Amino acid sequence: MKFAFFPGCVSRGACPELYTSTIKISEILGIELDEKALESASCTGAGVLQEKNQLLGDTLNARNIALAEKQNLPILTICSTCQGVMSQAEYRLEDEEYRAQINETLAEEGLKYTGKTPTRHILWIIVEEIGEKKFKALVKRQLEGLRLAPFYGCYLVRPSKALKFYEKTERETCLEDLTEWVGATVVDFPGKTACCGFPIVTINEKASLKMVGNHTSTAKDLGAAAMVTPCPLCHLNLDQYQDRAAWMMKREIDLPIIHVPQLVGLALGLDPEELKINKHVISTKKLLSEISLQP
Amino acid sequence: MVQTAKKTIQIEIKRQDPEINNGESYNQVYYVGVEDWFTVLDALIKIREEIDGTLSLRCACRASICGSCAMRVNGQAKLVCKTKLSVVEKNNKVLIEPVGNMPVISDLASDFKPFWDKFNAVDPYIKPEGEVPDGEYLAPNDDMVHLVGVMNCIMCGACVSDCTVLEVKDNFLGPAALAKSYRFIADPRDGSQFERLQDLEKDGGIWDCTRCMQCIEVCPKGVNPMERIMSIRSKSMENKIDNNYGARHAKSFTDLIKSNGIVNEVLLLLKTKGLFNIIELIKILPIAIGAQLAGKRPPFFSHSSKNKDEIKKIFKKLEDKE
Repeated sequence: MKFAFFPGCVSRGACPELYTSTIKISEILGIELDEKALESASCTGAGVLQEKNQLLGDTLNARNIALAEKQNLPILTICSTCQGVMSQAEYRLEDEEYRAQINETLAEEGLKYTGKTPTRHILWIIVEEIGEKKFKALVKRQLEGLRLAPFYGCYLVRPSKALKFYEKTERETCLEDLTEWVGATVVDFPGKTACCGFPIVTINEKASLKMVGNHTSTAKDLGAAAMVTPCPLCHLNLDQYQDRAAWMMKREIDLPIIHVPQLVGLALGLDPEELKINKHVISTKKLLSEISLQP
Repeated sequence: MVQTAKKTIQIEIKRQDPEINNGESYNQVYYVGVEDWFTVLDALIKIREEIDGTLSLRCACRASICGSCAMRVNGQAKLVCKTKLSVVEKNNKVLIEPVGNMPVISDLASDFKPFWDKFNAVDPYIKPEGEVPDGEYLAPNDDMVHLVGVMNCIMCGACVSDCTVLEVKDNFLGPAALAKSYRFIADPRDGSQFERLQDLEKDGGIWDCTRCMQCIEVCPKGVNPMERIMSIRSKSMENKIDNNYGARHAKSFTDLIKSNGIVNEVLLLLKTKGLFNIIELIKILPIAIGAQLAGKRPPFFSHSSKNKDEIKKIFKKLEDKE
């Protein structure tokens, strides 16, 4: 399985541990990542650029996908937001007239978008492509007894039409399924598909902090030892702003937020340090001792 | 002749009555015999008529036109009259709750006062300018076609129910009122576009939306409220109503992609807050220190795309196109 790796801005910025852990698990999972294929790619626009100009946003995403298509590779993403924005662009590009309009711009660079292989998040690839049987055979460290709260990130759950939930029904519960495959217990809570508050943290911090506080404290009170997310933006808000949210709520929360590739890496038997699981604001020491690992 | 129902479904209903259980909510389970063609509303009416006459719910047209039967089905707002039971039941079970973000009057009937207050706050009527014409105020057909979607709103409150911002911020105008506001902002007969945009720039307006897409997902009429909020943001920025964190964030984000291909998080934050906005920057300092200590501070000089010129060309071509 070879993919054009689309790391997104955040795994090369504020979440380097996501990049590292992705590379590590991919080697074991048999996922070959071409890190050079998308060196000329741009940011997806993260929904922000699309606020101003959707055509521009869709053209940039079509260009990124066309760059991968030129090398006959499908794209692998590691961020709910990157994935969701690309899926939305792909959904709109199903319209022939719109596709032709955008391809006219791409032709100037010698590129063409066909959309023959849809972009996928690494979480979807693990669940859909590798599958339960093959994945479980690779698990070296059963995380039994570990209670984990899933947190998807808006862009990996909505709009369900663009994400093709109607034909890929497993996408609706992929995070819970993966959590069970590594032997851990799912702590279900209503906030798992809600907004983490990241998009308004610089605009309206108080509302954003309330979201962080509500989700993390609910999961904690339900007995979660950590939260796991496929979205580095959710991770940033839930991890970096958690102490401030706890202070605002006048309570302790202390819930580590781990990335999907870090969870997978732990199950595959990788060393926590290799997965840079210590590179979080909320300490993961207690979490690691729960699964009998030295931080 | 007694008819035998095809199968029995367990319907759990969140109930609340000011005179029962000290006004606290409680869940009650009913077992209802249903047919294949039953909607959720059919089952609820059967409960009320055959099992428990004390159950409160609202419904009228039963054809997804009146908008009175919005409630949460398995945690998501839906018009129960257009929701087939067979589609939502899981292992023969379904959970019904009143809409969110509004106070409950009794069981599944909620008080829509906050909904209507916000709706009225955006002046949901045409405010024409200029001379009064002899006949009606006319608008070209082409200018109105794109507003058909937003005019489809039946004010059922599903989007408001599941809005993730309203859960934490009472004064947010919310998706329904903002979508309605767009309906008039984009109407060529309205003369108060600028004033409307100025009002919506304030706290509780367009920049509070997180783009979580809940309203798009739950709207039973395809109004796409969030897309309308984004259109207002775009119009607001076009009209230079952009001296706020939201507009600066959108502009800085776009500029960074234009110049570098990918986003530099440090620069984005500084540009959004303002380089000389000392108070705000001091507030961020503890977060930055926390990130630094964890080894997660984003680099000041981030990666950039290898082929920035091509990206710039696309910007040049499409930047001013809507």
